[in-house]
Amino acid sequence: MRDSIFNRLRIDTFVTLLTDGDTGIPDVTAQSSLWRDAWRRLARNRAAVTGLGILCVLGIVALATPWIAPHGYDDQDILMGATPPSGEHWFGTDQLGRDLFTRVLYGGRISLMVGLAATAVSLVVGVLYGTIAGFSGGRVDSAMMRIVDILYALPFTIFVIILMVFVGRNIVLLFVAIGAVEWLTMARIVRGQVMSLRQKEFIEACYVLGLRRRRIILRHLIPNALGPIIVYTTLTIPNVMLLEAFLSFLGLGVQAPMSSWGVLINEGVETMEEYPWLLIFPSIALSVTLFALNFLGDGLRDALDPRVSED
Amino acid sequence: MSMSTDGPLLEVRNLVKHFPVHSGVFGRVAGHVRAVDDVSFSIPRGKTLSLVGESGSGKTTAGRCILRLIEPTDGRILFDGSDITELNRRQVRSLRRRMQIIFQDPYGSLNPRMTVYSMISEAMAVHGLVPRHQRRERVEELLRLVGLSPDAADRYPNEFSGGQRQRIGIARALAVEPDLIVADEPVSALDVSIQAQILNLMEDLQQRLGLTYLFIGHNLSVIRHISDYVAVMYLGRIVEYGPVEAIFNACVHPYTRSLLSAVPEPEPHRKRERIILRGDTPSPINPPPGCHFHPRCPHAQPECAQWGQRLVEVGPGHTAACHVHAPAPEHLASPTP
Repeated sequence: MRDSIFNRLRIDTFVTLLTDGDTGIPDVTAQSSLWRDAWRRLARNRAAVTGLGILCVLGIVALATPWIAPHGYDDQDILMGATPPSGEHWFGTDQLGRDLFTRVLYGGRISLMVGLAATAVSLVVGVLYGTIAGFSGGRVDSAMMRIVDILYALPFTIFVIILMVFVGRNIVLLFVAIGAVEWLTMARIVRGQVMSLRQKEFIEACYVLGLRRRRIILRHLIPNALGPIIVYTTLTIPNVMLLEAFLSFLGLGVQAPMSSWGVLINEGVETMEEYPWLLIFPSIALSVTLFALNFLGDGLRDALDPRVSED
Repeated sequence: MSMSTDGPLLEVRNLVKHFPVHSGVFGRVAGHVRAVDDVSFSIPRGKTLSLVGESGSGKTTAGRCILRLIEPTDGRILFDGSDITELNRRQVRSLRRRMQIIFQDPYGSLNPRMTVYSMISEAMAVHGLVPRHQRRERVEELLRLVGLSPDAADRYPNEFSGGQRQRIGIARALAVEPDLIVADEPVSALDVSIQAQILNLMEDLQQRLGLTYLFIGHNLSVIRHISDYVAVMYLGRIVEYGPVEAIFNACVHPYTRSLLSAVPEPEPHRKRERIILRGDTPSPINPPPGCHFHPRCPHAQPECAQWGQRLVEVGPGHTAACHVHAPAPEHLASPTP
């Protein structure tokens, strides 16, 4: 199957080269014009480009943290204790004398990783599940959505504790647990979208033209459901980061002395009046990330919709 | 190209489509909507048959059954001499190349996220009709054929007006070189001035490409303009069938007469009789017994409520199902419960 497609591709290309090298217009437009046009539109959206830039910088910093961090994340200096920001400690230090800048850097690694991984899990599982349910309709849809309802009804904390009992404390557990909860809403949103799109005449036209179901789903249904999917994804990422903080607070997530933004903010809130910088700096880091994500998400949604007027 | 060239391109025999009506928590089947109830007709090659009727008469359902977008409950559909009701999914897909649809809503029928080129070339690619390097050329040719500029190819549907979108829809249908086109009220969503353009385009294409149309509509002026044959449907059944002149000049069935009397006359002073029907279309879940039309019929006789109506020949190729105006020979009439 795949082989034959590749062969045909090669032969076609070959024929093109042989017969009319000058007029042969490459067929990439058919495959990627939506994405290419979307990229062009996105590049013109200043807020989205800024958001994307910030996220890239954050990603690089997170990757390079072990080399650029000025201190160790668990280097204590109890005698020094909490100090306000200074030339030596840019973000100040916490009660144990640990450098907050370093801890924010390391915390960012965890938070971004959890945010990305868990959201990716929820995105992939939710979109696939929702599309299949919405596209199939009838009994398949009912059965699939009842499963979602049951999982929805399961208390999250208990679910995580059960998982922990079986799997043990593990950072991967975090992704699994959070992803397993977040995909449910995604599945519901996508299913609703697909159900309404399925009724549209252009989907009927696909059937009449003889397109295969897989192609209809991938090229016609999902691209048209992208708007809500992207918006919900940008909402999921902050959700996931805060859930991680909650789990860590329960002792199920990140283990001290390792940290994450959520954990740092949680600790910062407790000493807000004495050492406000312990709250301010992690919060700024989280907020900047979320703003960047939202700008990028908005930009993506608009870029993927040709109906939004360009000027 | 086609297997046989003499018989009709499409022949529908006793087509039935019942939709179950579910009720309650467990979706018990509470009844059936008899959307299409024992409908038969045929379309010769290169001709246009119109299905006329008010909303709910089953004309659209009949069209979708023929395209196998809806599975018919019963009956046979012969396309180019072969029965297509028994085909499996793979066979239906290759059949699809030969019959296409033009939709009513030019806004809902085009994928808003695909360029015109991707849309039209996708159909060619699926059936392997046009080699990759010729597709661009072919798409531009099709766009010219439907009266659009070739540079429409790289634009998105939202950049076009309703009439232009309808042309794009037609170009997409033509991309697979079909023999039969089901036109499901293709102009009723358009401005009157645009309607004529699209109808003329369809006629022009029919002549040039030898297309056969099943035209579904309710605007009788449009129907008269485009049809060769007309089938009038009421509550899932054909009540009158015949060549377009016979239907418009010598119609027999009271329902057809009332439909025709509703057509606006361009001459305001011409005297005309306007037949106003009483009441609404009855529910197709519980159609009236006997002739479905009798509760609203101005000529109804008591026996109309008891006798089922058969299509009876009233002229050459012209049939009507009316107990009063086209009485059936004794051996054909049968009481229905």
